[in-house]
Order: sequence, then structure tokens, then C-alpha cells
Amino acid sequence: MSAETLSIKDVTKVFDLGDVQVHALRGVSFNVQQGEFIAVMGSSGSGKSTLMNILGCLDLPTSGDYLLDGVPVATLNRNRLADLRNEKIGFVFQGFNLLPRTTALENVELPLLYDRRQRIPQPRDSAIVALTRVGLGDRLHHHPNQLSGGQQQRVAIARALVNSPAIVLADEPSGNLDSRTTLEVLALFQQLNREGLTLVLVTHETDVSRYASRLVELRDGRICRDEPILVPRDAKADLAKLPAEEHL
Amino acid sequence: MKWRKLFLVAIKSIARNKMRSLLTMLGIIIGVGSVICLVALGQGSQKDIEGQVASLGTNLLIIRPGSSQLGGVHGGAGSLGTLKLKDVTALRNNASLLQAVSPEIRVQSQVVAGVRNWNTSIYGGDIEYLSIRNYQIASGRIFSARDLLVRAKVALLGQTVADQLFPGENPIGARIRIGNVPFQVIGVLASKGQSAMGSDQDDVILAPSTTVLYRLGDGKTLRSIVASASSSEQMDEAKAEVQQILRSAHRLSGEVEDDFRLRDQTEINQMATRVTGTLTLLLSAIAGVSLLVGGIGIMNIMLVSVTERTREIGIRLAIGARPRDVLAQFLIESATLSLCGGIIGIGVGLGGAAAGGQLLGISVVINPLVIALAVIFTGAVGIFFGFYPARKAANLNPIDALRYE
Repeated sequence: MSAETLSIKDVTKVFDLGDVQVHALRGVSFNVQQGEFIAVMGSSGSGKSTLMNILGCLDLPTSGDYLLDGVPVATLNRNRLADLRNEKIGFVFQGFNLLPRTTALENVELPLLYDRRQRIPQPRDSAIVALTRVGLGDRLHHHPNQLSGGQQQRVAIARALVNSPAIVLADEPSGNLDSRTTLEVLALFQQLNREGLTLVLVTHETDVSRYASRLVELRDGRICRDEPILVPRDAKADLAKLPAEEHL
Repeated sequence: MKWRKLFLVAIKSIARNKMRSLLTMLGIIIGVGSVICLVALGQGSQKDIEGQVASLGTNLLIIRPGSSQLGGVHGGAGSLGTLKLKDVTALRNNASLLQAVSPEIRVQSQVVAGVRNWNTSIYGGDIEYLSIRNYQIASGRIFSARDLLVRAKVALLGQTVADQLFPGENPIGARIRIGNVPFQVIGVLASKGQSAMGSDQDDVILAPSTTVLYRLGDGKTLRSIVASASSSEQMDEAKAEVQQILRSAHRLSGEVEDDFRLRDQTEINQMATRVTGTLTLLLSAIAGVSLLVGGIGIMNIMLVSVTERTREIGIRLAIGARPRDVLAQFLIESATLSLCGGIIGIGVGLGGAAAGGQLLGISVVINPLVIALAVIFTGAVGIFFGFYPARKAANLNPIDALRYE
């Protein structure tokens, strides 16, 4: 396997709610290699959202080490964390989280607006390339409310791709989608993964996790299962198997 | 993030809620508009007042006789006949800070020309009198040194008198009778309009001082001596000099009070300045209150906007906006909102001033400084009142903001 994109070691997270202390993570360690497609499973309360926030540099661990693309995260301040998110991480959220009344193109361009180092010289062109990659090259100037749920999620994926991140974190990306669109999105993820994208997908649906190449399961703040999926399902093939009348 | 882009983002989000933005700006628009309008009209009327004050004469000094006191009974101002022609001579010879000095004699009399007659004031003065009192000749000629010497019966008519006695005719060369004395009209004065006190300055006849003094008056006492000081800055020095010269001419020793009184326009000017000063203070108060109200309106809407756009802020923070970027975005938005209001307000105010000036018949003075101040002030109001909401936005936790429903 190639280089480690991400590595966390003995990460704990304690939320202090005044009189109660909630241990959301009780010592989690795992590594992500470049090009992996990992599904993080767990029921609600298992700590997967907390883990996701820490992986996404939105929150800092109470203790433990986190190395993202060679950068030690635990010691950074708010501004450096923001820069790190901008450079190395792409987010795909459950609720799409696109800016309303803003075109698909402008939504995808958004991360490049905050790119301090101007790594990508032509923001508009890069945004068009990203949208074309997710199959929305003909929907550049549509507003989110003119797009279907699947299309909105694909805009969100394009936004996550546009800054060429080291890793894309998807938090319940299919939570708001029907089964056909879910498969479409998963097929897109699988295709992007084959093109070299490192993906971490958080979900509570076993069906969804079967399309990843590795499964990490959390329970009560600890990893209870971490195993490769030797034969992942092929979303594209499953999509073809769906009855035709369900289309449209 | 570049400022230009931030600015575009701000414009866009203002344009997204056009009605709300306009209503938010309304406070600023009304505030700035009323201030610009009132300042333009206020300065216009101040200019009008200054013009009227200047029409009384340039750097005018008026010396009136003191009041008489006989057996405990006080006479009115000027009742003491203490001013004589020799005082004029004394001032002419000794005063260094006066440009021109002239006696002034006034007689109220019936004036007859053919079948028409009119009651008016006849003022007698020397040649300098015209320049001191700021009279100009519209047609004909002014009286000469020789006219003064021989007490020539020549008269200059004010516009009002000319209109009353010679409607539609050229009065020059015509004969009139002032009291029982026949005069020849040699000129007509240019119109001066109303004085600052509201009296008609064109309802006069001017004649040589000697003529009025000896042929119409009592031949001894002057109503007053008028003089113009060399410069407006040396008004006080000129007054002191006149006082000293007249005291020695009247042989008044140390303790004795002046038997004359000195007046100048600074009193009138001071009054006008006091009025406009009060007006300016009032305007500033209105400006302050309205900008405060407008600013609170902006703060209110910005707070609503921050709450409404919590998710947007969450997204921006998650994808790499620094808190400072969010702060700048909302600050620019509120400053732009306020500035737009200010600029619209300036337009409204100037329009209102133009209309008001036309309606009230007063001049409109457009002061670029006031406009520049309005722009700077509204920008500052936007930043000041936008700071709290913007800081609230910047300090949001991205995790909570993203989950906000």
C-alpha cells in the first residue's frame, strides 16, 4: 500500500456538560492509506459523528495524536485548522449544505475563495472541471432549488473535489436520498475512488457500507471491527439491476 | 480572500433581499437625506442673511449721539445733539483705520412731483456716503464736491420713490419738491432690497449733506456719522480709535461717560451666527439621532441575517473560511448597506433641498464637505453597528452552525 494519508492514535474526546462528563471516544486508533474507501459504521451514540468532526478538523481531540497528510493537527489554532480544512479536506454532508440562491458553479467555487495560497490559479475553470467530473457539466448555472436531491449531492461532491483534497469525508451522504439516487451517488464515489480519491464515508446503513473497500465499526467510543471488504459491491451494476420503471 | 470578492458577496446578499435591504436602509436614507437637505437650506439662508448684512454697508461703523438726561427725564437714543460736522472733520483728519467717513442727516418729509406725492426719508451725506452705505447708482450721476459746497438742490431717488413719483417715466432731470424746497433729480439708485431688519432700503432719497442739513434740517446736529473701517479684522481697533478721537474732540475727561454711541455690524453678524449656530447644533442632533436609529436598524437586521444564515456560515467555516473572513464578510455587508443608504440619502436630500429652496425662495448651498462627511459617517455607522452581529457570526462553532435548523 502507498503512503498514509491519515493516522489517529489513542484519540479520546470528552464532552464536559457541567455535572456529567460524556466520553464520546475512548481511545481510537486507525490509519487511512491513500486511495482507500473506508466506511465508518456505528449506531447513533457510537461516537462516529465525533470521530468525523475530529477527522474533519472541525474539532480537536481531548487527547491522542492526529496526523493528516503529515501535519500534526492537535496543536493547531482556529485559523490554521481553517486553512487545513481548505487545503486537505473535502466535505460531503447529509443535508447537501449548498448555499441557497447561488448557482452550482458558485457553490463549487466557494472553497477556492478562501484559498489563501492561491494553489489553484483558475477557480472558475477548476469548478467547471469538478462539476463535469460529477456529470453536471450542463447544470452550471442552476440554483440548488432547480436541482434534484441526487444532483444537489453531486454538486456538493464537486465542491468537495474542487480543492484537490487529500481526503474526502462524507457524512451520511445518502441519508436524504432514495435508494436509486443513493446508488447513483455511491457509483460516483466508487468511480472517483478508482481514479485515486481517498474516501471516508460515515453511515449507519449496512447496505451502504458494503460498497466500501474497508469497514470500520464503532461501538461506545471504541473500534469494535476493522476489516477489509474483500469483494465490495459494485454500485453501477446494482443500479443496472433496478427495475426500469422506477426510473423517472 | 480578496476584498473585491468579499464586496461582491456582500452586494449579492443585499440584492437577494431587496425589499428588506431597502427598508433597513430607510432609517439611514431619511437621516442622511434630512440632514443634507436642512444643511443645504440652512447654509443657503445663512448666505442670504450675510448678503443682507453686507448690503447695509461694508465694515460699517455708526456713531450716534448719546441720550439726553434733563432733570431725571431720559431722552431716547440719539436725543443728545452732540454730533457736529467738526466731528466728521476730526475723524477725517485723525483716524488711521477708517477708509471713509460721512455725516448722515435724515429728514422725513412729503415729496411732491407733479400730481404725485410720497412720504419718505431724505438722507444727506457726503460723496463717500454712497460707498459706506453700499448704494450704487442705476442711472444718472451722483452729486459732486461742488454740489456739496454750494448746497445744491439735487437728489438721488431710491427705486421705490422713483416708482411712486415717476411710474414708467425717466425721472432724471425732473423737478420735485421736498417739503417746500424744489430739487432736481440727478440720478436713480440701484435697488438694494430689504434690509436684514425687513425695512425697504429703496424707499429713500439721497442728497448732499450740506443741502439736507441747512435747507431741510436745523443746520446744526447730525443724525449720525457713518464710517467704514479699513478692514473687518480691525473693527475693534477702529472703534477704539474713533472713541478716543471723539472724546478728545468733545473734551471729555477721564471719568465722564461718552456722549455718543458706537455701533457696528458685528452685533447683527453675531445674531445671525448665533441663529445659524443653533441651527447647526440642532441639525447635528437630528443627524446623530437618525444615524443612531438607522444604525440600530442595521444591527437588528444583521443579527436576523446572521441567525438566518447560520448554516451558510457553518458551510463557509467548514470549507476553510477563517473566522476573520466571516467577520469581514458581514462587516462589509453592513457597511455597504449603510453606505448605499447614505448615498441614496444624499440624492434624496439634494433633491429635497432643491425643491425646498424653490418653494421657500431661499438659496441652496451644496457643501461638498457635508456630503463627504455623510459618506464617511454612514460607512462608519455600518461598521460600528455591524461589528457585533459580524463577531457573533465569526465566533460560531462550525459543527453547531452546520447542524442548525
